[in-house]
Amino acid sequence: MKLGKILTYLALILGSIIMLFPFVWMVSTSLKSPIDIFSLDIIPENITFSNYIKVMEESLFAKWFVNSLIIATVTTISVAFFDTLVGYIIAKFSFVGRGVLFILILSTLMVPTEMLIIPWYMMSSDFGWTDSYWGILFPGLMTGFGVFLMRQFMEQIPDDLLNAARIDGMNEFMIFFKIAIPQVWPALAALSIFTFLGNWNAFLWPLIVIESEALRTLPVGLSFFSSGEAESQWHLIMTGSTIAVIPLILVFILLQRHIISGITLTGMK
Amino acid sequence: MKENHSASSKKVDKTSLIQKFRGNVKYQKYLFVYTCLLLPILFFLGIRILPTLFTFNVGFRDWNLLATGAKPFIGLQNYQALIQDKVFIKSAVNTLIYIVIGVSGQLFFGIIVALLLHKINRFVGFFRVIYFIPYVTSIVAISWVFQWILMKNGIINDLLIKIGLSPQPFLNSPDQAIYVIIGAMIWQALGFQMVLFLAGLENIPKMLYEAAEIDGASPWQKFWHVTVPLLNPTIVFSAVIGSINFIQVSFTQVINMSSDGTGGPLNSTMTVVVYIYQLAFRKFDMGLASAATVLLFLFILALTLFQMKVLTRKFDY
Repeated sequence: MKLGKILTYLALILGSIIMLFPFVWMVSTSLKSPIDIFSLDIIPENITFSNYIKVMEESLFAKWFVNSLIIATVTTISVAFFDTLVGYIIAKFSFVGRGVLFILILSTLMVPTEMLIIPWYMMSSDFGWTDSYWGILFPGLMTGFGVFLMRQFMEQIPDDLLNAARIDGMNEFMIFFKIAIPQVWPALAALSIFTFLGNWNAFLWPLIVIESEALRTLPVGLSFFSSGEAESQWHLIMTGSTIAVIPLILVFILLQRHIISGITLTGMK
Repeated sequence: MKENHSASSKKVDKTSLIQKFRGNVKYQKYLFVYTCLLLPILFFLGIRILPTLFTFNVGFRDWNLLATGAKPFIGLQNYQALIQDKVFIKSAVNTLIYIVIGVSGQLFFGIIVALLLHKINRFVGFFRVIYFIPYVTSIVAISWVFQWILMKNGIINDLLIKIGLSPQPFLNSPDQAIYVIIGAMIWQALGFQMVLFLAGLENIPKMLYEAAEIDGASPWQKFWHVTVPLLNPTIVFSAVIGSINFIQVSFTQVINMSSDGTGGPLNSTMTVVVYIYQLAFRKFDMGLASAATVLLFLFILALTLFQMKVLTRKFDY
């Protein structure tokens, strides 16, 4: 191997250590007993799982985890369905108001979410949506970005393919599900994965709209958990962080091909 | 049913049948379009468009959630108050620092890692996964991990002492905290940029490099005159997406990494979004907070247009 190649590998390995070190230290701390947490061994002298039991027993961690799972899943299904449908209709049908509708949806891309937090909060309190799953869910059920993305991909489907299905007597819903969706599958997978990740990590809106401890999502729960009751109990904070992070890493390793081709796909559009 | 119909009455004029079929398809199409668009139209109007207009309206009013009764129109007073508010100015300057240093840092390291990965042919997938992992993890969790490793008697300071340097206050220092947070954000988002650039690099035809070599170009000239111009669309996309992400994500990072949890020490890590949150949900001054979001909106708009204009300038090949 040439010297240049060896140096390249060395640089990449050094970078990998920087990328992974915080996780290693997090897991390491979570396995230490309270007396050992300031020791600087990467592999703890006495490995203990007691922190995990304590976090699960003494906080609503499991509940927060489930809340996040429900919110992220429902949002992802809704976004995947509606954004694809609207993208398809705008790309493949001509009807009165199509241009206006598209501009309307595109214009929502310009407005940052932060600008809408205040009206959403007022709406929620007027309609009694605060402190409920629906309250967390409603702003994210459809996205302008998703509509735009799916429209780009739907435009590439040949009209003849759709018309052939019509002549065969397929109804419009079946054409959408059986003909159009399979054609844009990679883009749909990418949109779904990013919607899930984004909602799993969502912090600002759930922080505002939720009051009761039992309805917190994982990021909000973790934030309070770390700043309040467990303050200075770093072994518990690191345990909570491990529980929040490890499932995501596992899912990522399983789906990494789709995620990476998804970024490439959306980035090239 | 259609088949039955055509089979039983063969004498029916063919053209009228086709017309009927066409009419039927057209009717079905319209039914499909308008049924499917009903909910989305209500959603985008009710949850995106009208709230946006509502924010503009609130920004012109004296609107405190705690005070009951009238919410009088006060013109530009909220905007005047913001311009004279030192904390708001500080938060605006900080937001700019986050974006300028954070986004250029992300682009810089993203390109470097992509170039390194492009040079090797083994373990590419392995390294790509490792560099990407921070991007898919929980921001809140990672913020606390950074606090833990950077604390006064944490592992990083311990290592600094071991190699003969003095320990640093990091997140407790008004001078260092913002850069520590930016560093954490670059660390987290770098994998995303790397993937984009790697794809961009793979799309550049090898022929162009060979041609440049024949002309006697140095590696640096090849990078500057072949790679950069051809990566330009990727760079624009990354910069625009990166800036918008920085504005949004910085809220989570700042709240969870600041020593006081609200943009400290001494407002040194405060961003516009964190300040809006405080105005609206700590002081309940919705008028002032809405005016601040309008300014944020105008800022993002200007920034995006500026980036598109500067970054899509023509290159000399």
